[in-house]
This record gives sequence, structure tokens and C-alpha cells, in this order.
Amino acid sequence: MQLLTQTVGVSHFLVVGAVLFIAGVVCMAVKRNALGVLMGIELVLNGANINFVAFGSKFLRSDSAYALGLDGQLISLFVIVLAAAEAAVALAITLNFYNNHSTVDVDRADELKG
Amino acid sequence: MAPEASLPLLLGLAWLLPLASFTIIVLFGPKLGKAGIMASYVATGAIIGSFLLSMTAFGIWHIGKLGIRAETAAHAVEGHATDGHDNALAATPGNMHTADEGDHGDAAHGGSGHGDAAPGEHHGTPTSLPKSFTKDWYSLAQFGPLKLSISYYIDSLTILMFSMVTLIASLIHFYAFGYMHDELHPIEDHEVVLSDGHHLHRPGRFYRFFQYLSLFCFSMLGLVIAGNILMVFVFWELVGICSYFLIGFYIERKSASNAANKAFIVNRVGDFGMIIGLMALWGSLGTFAFGDIKNEHGKVERGIFSSVRPPERIIDPSIPQTVTLTGGAVYTGQITAETAESIVIKPVDGEAKTILLSDISSRTVPAGADGGVPATVHEPYALRVPDGMVKSAAMNLITGPDQIEPTPTQVETWRNEKYGYWLLVIAGLGIFCGCIGKSAQFPLHVWLPDAMEGPTPVSALVHSATMVAAGVYLAGRFFPVFTGEVLLIIAYVGAITLFMAATIAITAVDIKRVLAYSTVSQLGYMMLGIGLGGWAAGLFHLVTHAFFKSLLFMCSGSVIHATHTNDMRRMGGLRHKMPWTAYTMLVGVLAIYGAAIPFVVGFSGHYSKDSIIAQALSFWDLNPRHGAILAGLAIAGSGITAFYMFRMWFMTFAGKPRDHHVYEHVHESPPVMYIPLVVLSVFAFAAGFNYSWQPLSVPSLIEQARYPGAAATAPLLDRVIIPEEFVSHEWQFHSQAEIIVWFVALGGLALAVAFYGLQLLNADEAKKQFAPFYKVLWNKYYFDELYAAIFVKPVMFVAKLIANFDRWFIDGIIHRLAAGAKQIAVLDDAIDRYFVDGLVNLVAAWTWSIGNSLRRLQTGSLRQYVMLIVIGTVALTLLVRWSVAAGN
Repeated sequence: MQLLTQTVGVSHFLVVGAVLFIAGVVCMAVKRNALGVLMGIELVLNGANINFVAFGSKFLRSDSAYALGLDGQLISLFVIVLAAAEAAVALAITLNFYNNHSTVDVDRADELKG
Repeated sequence: MAPEASLPLLLGLAWLLPLASFTIIVLFGPKLGKAGIMASYVATGAIIGSFLLSMTAFGIWHIGKLGIRAETAAHAVEGHATDGHDNALAATPGNMHTADEGDHGDAAHGGSGHGDAAPGEHHGTPTSLPKSFTKDWYSLAQFGPLKLSISYYIDSLTILMFSMVTLIASLIHFYAFGYMHDELHPIEDHEVVLSDGHHLHRPGRFYRFFQYLSLFCFSMLGLVIAGNILMVFVFWELVGICSYFLIGFYIERKSASNAANKAFIVNRVGDFGMIIGLMALWGSLGTFAFGDIKNEHGKVERGIFSSVRPPERIIDPSIPQTVTLTGGAVYTGQITAETAESIVIKPVDGEAKTILLSDISSRTVPAGADGGVPATVHEPYALRVPDGMVKSAAMNLITGPDQIEPTPTQVETWRNEKYGYWLLVIAGLGIFCGCIGKSAQFPLHVWLPDAMEGPTPVSALVHSATMVAAGVYLAGRFFPVFTGEVLLIIAYVGAITLFMAATIAITAVDIKRVLAYSTVSQLGYMMLGIGLGGWAAGLFHLVTHAFFKSLLFMCSGSVIHATHTNDMRRMGGLRHKMPWTAYTMLVGVLAIYGAAIPFVVGFSGHYSKDSIIAQALSFWDLNPRHGAILAGLAIAGSGITAFYMFRMWFMTFAGKPRDHHVYEHVHESPPVMYIPLVVLSVFAFAAGFNYSWQPLSVPSLIEQARYPGAAATAPLLDRVIIPEEFVSHEWQFHSQAEIIVWFVALGGLALAVAFYGLQLLNADEAKKQFAPFYKVLWNKYYFDELYAAIFVKPVMFVAKLIANFDRWFIDGIIHRLAAGAKQIAVLDDAIDRYFVDGLVNLVAAWTWSIGNSLRRLQTGSLRQYVMLIVIGTVALTLLVRWSVAAGN
């Protein structure tokens, strides 16, 4: 429990990111509603984003004397854009699925099985 | 335009016009008018164009000569005066421009004491118009000094031949228009029976006939205008192939295709000899050209003629000479070096001295053993083995590592030792071999009578102006190169041919075959004339014979056209129904007979044949043994000629019709056929005239082309002396010849009249009386059988052996190999099918079954996938951690 006593550092951010990530994965694994699964995905991505931001932060890194400290932020911006695009596509698929099957239950969507 | 520019242009065009016609017909033949009738207009137009161009050239030549005669009338006396100066050398020995040849000719002519009956020569040989024009038109290839080119050699003989060939060919074109008329329609050939028993039906081939005629004329004219022997050879072969096409015109007839093959193959035998001659000339002289040609650097390259008969006086460099200068100084000694400007003379006891040629007033050589010129001095235009041949023959004497160029003295020594002489003999014999084949001389005469299978206009063309004339023309053209030995062989070949063919003609019953053998016989006369040194006589007979033989053939064609048979036994009395043909043919018969009022006037054949017999008598005078045989055969031949020609005329036109069925259908030929006959009969009568009032005559034209220089000698046969031709013009020989031939021929005529004209004697009786002779003659001396036995049968035997060897042995091996290959292929197939394909299929089957078993993993359940991802990630993480920990 040393974390609680230390000053805020990278580890704290990593813990938050890991919690978000695990929550997202569990959400993806257990939700039968497609929208829930999508939310899980968002959580996973944002968990990863926190890690990027933490590693890239000017205040949390040791090489800040000569690094600009924007690389992590940039990557996370890319991930956000990617997540938005992915959500748009996934929602479109979901909507079509709903039109065809009148449900968004992912367990019903097993037509691609081998 | 100067003659040296206009003559090649005119004759070149005349030569190429028939080629243009050939090209047009070969491309558009059947489309030219109905059934190709326009083809005849094209071809006839072309050959008439050639004729007009040739006549223009003839005129230019003649005017050129006339103009010069007037100019140089005064010159002649001067020329003769200097000739007496025998030992005086020309101040410029290297003088060999063609323009100066006339000068040399004059000197040689006058110097040899030329005083005789031929009036054309009295006008003096012109000095400034050259004897010949020769130049390259187009260079095909050059290998160092060896050059192949298209060139021309134009002298009065070329122009005479052009005029003669194009005139006769034009008339034959006209005649053929009538004769070949049947070919305008589809033909039913009654002589060809197909396997189903019907006669052959085929479309008419009118245009094709004229196509070949044009090509034939082009080839012949090319042969005549050719300026080098290789070009002659090319056109020689073209003439051969044209005769092959035309003899085999009725190709569906077995006899025609056989005759065409025979003509072609027999000619190949002669041409093989000709190739040997060409190799001998080219290999040793390095040139094919006849005359001297100035090359692009302005240097004169020596042709064959001036290599063999150099126009300068050549002195053996080892003989001392005396040189007198214009200043009066005299030097005697050996000439050690000589250039175009100066000489180096080394007196016996003194220093060598260089003297400019322009300072020399005269040079002499000491007299030989008999007081005359030493043998090692070569008179201008005398036959001598060229340096190239001497060097080729003496190759093994040229020593040293680098094969150093021998000195002139060495070459002269070798020449005197007869090095290279055999090469010259072989070159001459080789060329003559070609002439034997082409001019149907013994022993290659067998093709010509069979060549009668062609349409008659072709026979007329082949037998008068083109094919067979080519051989005699070449023999005449090459006359300066022939040594005495070669000439003697030519003479014997000619004499044997003329006698043998004449005797065969006695028994022939096919009207065209009589004429064919007569042609062979007359060609023998020409060769005999050339061989005995009677160059002009032989060529004169060539020209006159061309006129009367084409006339005779076309008349016989007219008869065949009317009777549809060649067999004279089915004719008779035809003169009532076809007078034009009968009487023009009589003119031809009289011409070949040589009818004449002695010493007054006669038909063309009289003049030309008599000049050959006169030459034979002059030869007899010098060579008693050879002369007796050769002159005897020639004189006997003239009697036999008279007999068989009148026999033919009587059997065809006189007496009573023997076959009424034939006689009833006979009609005179259309004017397009008999008008050429009338024109030709005028020439057959008048071509031989040679009177002093006459502006131009055939003999004087030929005489203008004579290569100057003494007659050839025969050092290998020391008893044979070839006489100079002008000797035969002396009254003694000339009158003897005329009288003897007149009586002998009259004897032949009398016999013919007795047998066939008045029926005083019965021919069948005579046939029985002389049965053995008759049989031999009827079978043409068994030449065909002989050749079949000694050439054809062995060849067939060997061919059969080889065919069997091929069939059983070589084919056997090949079949075995094929069977083996097939077995291997079967094995290969099995390996491919079961092993290679099996492997591939096995892999495919595995892949399929693995895929099939793996497909159940793909459940399609999203949540399951996420679970698997999570489990996998965790597992991987743990694995990595564990392995890192283990590694540490």
C-alpha cells in the first residue's frame, strides 16, 4: 500500500488505466447488448489513453529536460479519433443488425461461425 | 549525247524493258484483259521498245564510225608507215586506256598484212571511237581486290546481237499471238489422259506464255550486255530456267516435263565445267570483268581480256635493251626498274642511270636467234599466260616465310617454263564446257531435240536467237582467252556435232525434230568455225542462222498449227493450201542450203557457211591431218544439210497429200503469223550480203569487235597451227570453198529431189538397203540409250541402294528410337501421375482436413472471442513473466 503514501507518479496513473482497462474488458465479455460491448471498447481504449498521457507527461518523466513531452498526448489524440471512427462504424453495423434481427444481442450474431 | 553515255543508256533500257513487262504480267497476268490477252500487248510492246532502242544504238554506233572514218582517212597512211618499224617500242608502254584501243587495233591490223575480200575493213579502223565501252553499273560486293558487279561491255558485237535478238523476238511475239490463241480459252489437252480415263481440262495459260517470253528476252539481253563473266553466268542460268519453263509449258504432259528436266539437268553438267572455268579465272586473275574498267580512284583495273592479251609490248626485263635519247646519247643494258615516267637502265660496265621516258626517242631489243624478235618479247595483244596464273601455278616456288612477291624476272622465267599454261587451258575448257551444254554440242546435245516439246514459238526463240546462241556467243566473246589446244578441242567438238546431228536429221520424221537436229548441226558449224580460228565466220553464221532458223521453225509451227500433227508422213502437198508458209519456208531452206550463184549473189547461209569452210580449208593447208578430218566433216555436212532440208520441204509441201483427213482441215495461218515469216525471209535472204557499196553489213560489224592480236598458238601440240582468219579471205581458199560447197550441196539437193521430189528413187527401198545405218540413225546413235546405261541406270541403282539403306537401316534406327522414346514416355507418365501428382494431392488433402477440423473454433460468438483474447493475453503475460523469471 505504498502507493497511497507516495506523491502522485506514473504508477498511480497506471493503476487508474489498468482499472479502466479491466472494467472495459469485463464489460465486453459479459454484456450481451452490443451497445454495452461498444462501451466496453471505449473503456479499454481510454484506459490505454491514460497510460499514454501519463508516460508522455512533462511532469512525470525523467527526460523532460530535453523532451517536448507531447508524444503521449499525440498518440492518445489519434486513439480518440480512431475510437470515434470505430464507434461510428460499429454503431452503423449495430443499427443494420437491429434492422435485420430486431435485436442487438451479440449472442444472436453468430452467422460468421465456421 | 556522246556514245559512251548514250549506248549504255539505250541498251540498258532495251535490256530492262522485257523485265518490266515480265513484272507486270507476273503481278497482274490473269487480270490483263479477257483471259489475259493484254499480257501479249504488254510483252510485245516491251520487246518492240527494246528493238527500237537497239536500232537507235545501232544507228549511233554506225554514225559514230562514219564520222570518224571521214576524219581519219588521212591518218591511215601514217599509221601504216610506222608499222614497219618492228623493233621500235611505243614511247609509253603503259598505255592501256580503252580510248586508245582503236589505235592499237589499227596498228595490229595493218601490220599483219591484211589484204582481202571483206570490203568493210578497207575503210580503215577508226581511231577515236573506242572498240568497246565497259563500265560498272552497280557494285554488288567487294572482297579486297575481288569485285562482283553489274557492268556492261558494249562493242559492235553486243549491238549486233541486241538488234538481232530483239528483232527476232519481236517477230516471235507477234507470231505467238496467233499461235497461242487457243490458250485464251479453257483447254482440253488430248495428249494427257488422267487416271479416270478423261482428258485433262485446264484453264488457258496465254498470259503465262508471254510472261516467260519476256523473262527469256531479258535474260538473253542481259547475257549479251554483261560486262563480266559472273554476270554472264547469272543470266546464263536465267536463260536455262526460262527454257525450262517454256519447254515444260505443257507441264501436264509427261514428255514435256521430262524434256524440261532433261534440258535443265544436261545444262547443269555443262555449267559445272563453267564454274570450274570461273574459279580458275577468278582465283588467279582476281577479276571477272571482260574489259579494263577505271575504278573510283581513277586507276584502270585490268579485265580478263587485257590480262591474257596485254595491249602493250612486254619485254623480258632480263634482256638488254638499247635506249636512244633525243639528245643523241645511246645506252645499252638491262632495264632494272620501270615506272610510268622513267626507266632505270644498267649498262654492262657502268652505273645504273635513270632516264625520263619523255627524253627517249627509241628503244630496241637485240634480235633473237633467228634474226627476229626474241621469244621473250610479247607483241601487243599476243596471248600470254597472265602473271596471276603464273604466280598461282608457281605457288610452291615462291619461298620465304612471308611468301615474298616474286620479281618480274622470276615471273618471266616461270612463264617461259610453262607455269600457269594449264590453268589457262583449263579456264578456257571450263568456259567452253558451259557452251557445250548451252549450245547443245556433242556430247551434251541430247536435250535439244527433246526440247521440241515446247510450243513452236519457243522452239524458234530457243533455237535461233537465245538459248543456243548464248553458247556460241560466249565462245565468241571468250575467243581471245582460248589457247590453241582449247580451240582444237572446240573445233573437234563442233565437227563431230555437225556431222552427227546432220546424219540423224536424215531419218527424222517429226518436222520439228528435223529442224532441231539441223540446229545442232549448224551450231556445230559455228563452233567449228570458232575453233579453227574463224572467229568472225562462226559469229557470222550465228547471226544468219538465227534469221533462217527462226524462219524455218515458225514455218513449221504454222504447218503444225494447221495440221495438228508433227509427223511429216501425214503431210504432203500442203503448198497448195498454205502458199505463204510453203514459199517462205522454201526461202529458209534455200538459206540454210546456202543457195547461190557462185561469186555473184547468194542467200545468207551461203556467205556464212562458205566463210567457215574457207577457214577450214585454210586450216587444212597448215595442218594436213587435223584439217582433213575437220574440213572433210564440214564439207560432207553441207551436202547432208542440203539433203535433209529439201527432204523435209518435199515431204511437207510437195507431192500428193498422204493423209486426206489431215489435208482437208489444212488452212493458211492468219496474217499475224505469216507476216513475221515474210519479214524474216527477207532477212534470211539478205543478212549475209557484204558488198563494197553497202554501208553496213553483218561481217563488217563483227569485224569491228575483233580483239586485235595474232592467232592463238598451241605450244602443247607443236604440230597444230591456228591460222589467222584473214588468210581464209584469200582468193585461193575462198573460191575453193565456194565451188566445193556449191557442188556438194547440189549433190545433196539432187539426192533429195530424186528421192522425195520426183520419186525417181524409193526411200523405203533405200531404208531396207541400208538397214543397219538406218537403225543407228533412227535411234540417234543410241545416245539416249548410252546415257541411260552409263549414267541413269547406275545412278538409279545407287539411288535404290541408298533408298533401301535409308528405309531399312536409318528408318529402322529411327523407329527403334521412337519406340524407346514411347516406352520412356509411358514410364514418365506413370511417375508423373502417381508420384508427383500424388505428393501434391496429399499435401492438398492434409491442408483440407486440417482446415476442416479447425473450422469449429470459429464459433461466431463475440463474447467467446473476447474471453479467448483475455485468456490468451493473460496466458502470454504469465508465460513471458515466467520465462523471464526462469531466465534470470
